[in-house]
Amino acid sequence: MLAFIVTTLLCFVIYLLLTTGSGTEIVILNEDFLSWSYAEIILGLILSIIVGIIARKVFVKDNYRMANIVRWFRFLAYICGPFFVGMAKANIDVAYRVITGKINPGIVKISPNLKTDLGITMLANSITLTPGTLSVDIDEEKNDLYIHWINVKKEALKKKPVDCKYICGEFPKWIRRITE
Amino acid sequence: MSISQIVDYIAIILLAIGTFFSILGGLGLLRFPDVYTRLHAGTKCTTFGAIFICGSVVLLGLKMWYFANPDGSVLTIHTIGALIAILVTNPTGAHAIARAAHRSGVKPVGAVVDDLEGKTLRKSISKKKEADK
Repeated sequence: MLAFIVTTLLCFVIYLLLTTGSGTEIVILNEDFLSWSYAEIILGLILSIIVGIIARKVFVKDNYRMANIVRWFRFLAYICGPFFVGMAKANIDVAYRVITGKINPGIVKISPNLKTDLGITMLANSITLTPGTLSVDIDEEKNDLYIHWINVKKEALKKKPVDCKYICGEFPKWIRRITE
Repeated sequence: MSISQIVDYIAIILLAIGTFFSILGGLGLLRFPDVYTRLHAGTKCTTFGAIFICGSVVLLGLKMWYFANPDGSVLTIHTIGALIAILVTNPTGAHAIARAAHRSGVKPVGAVVDDLEGKTLRKSISKKKEADK
């Protein structure tokens, strides 16, 4: 039942965000911003209840860890801070390699020791968007990631699996704080 | 110079940065040797370019909203939604393409090391699940 309520509420909020400015019957802030017509509200409620019935088991898997608002603030801080800086570096790095054509690629294995599915998804996406690395495959039993690395450093290859700090820096620590 | 003009100039600068990175992504697709390195160019640069282009649209939407144009708020919120969708789907798609390429036997050109070679991760897991049943 709780899963159904959480899914329905989230769907309803997203529906309301996508239909702001549709009418002037219900006004929260002023007439141009955050105002809805009755028709949109009723239709949105019906649609989100249908979606909640269908998708409650897909959306909420095991527990309600992510319902904590503190985790969302940490997530926002992660996106604006280290993630954006890493992404800017990645683009300058790719620009350098596009222009000079110097590459030294390879596929390496890292084991970040994250336990949850959401955490490993977030880490794989962060790795794809940060300097010189692209996640290729995952070992679902141990949550190890296989990374295509565009400029393999020799000192990183001495230890196997390769140390996380060469590939993704401090990201696993941040993601552990967000999701676990 | 009024606020309106300053915002316009900032939006133009953001658009220029976004276009530059998008062009770089296209150039990378032409210059790199194999599918993995091309994915590097294709995902990172286009995502970064899209962030800046969406940022310029959001800025113009906020300006319209400030000058009491009702379309501004709708434009801002919808663009932020599109940006979140791009940020989630772009790396996921790249991961899917890279994995499909490796499993169908495409070798990375000039690879120094390939830890994944000869491993069939997916198959072992599906077999294990069948054994559990």
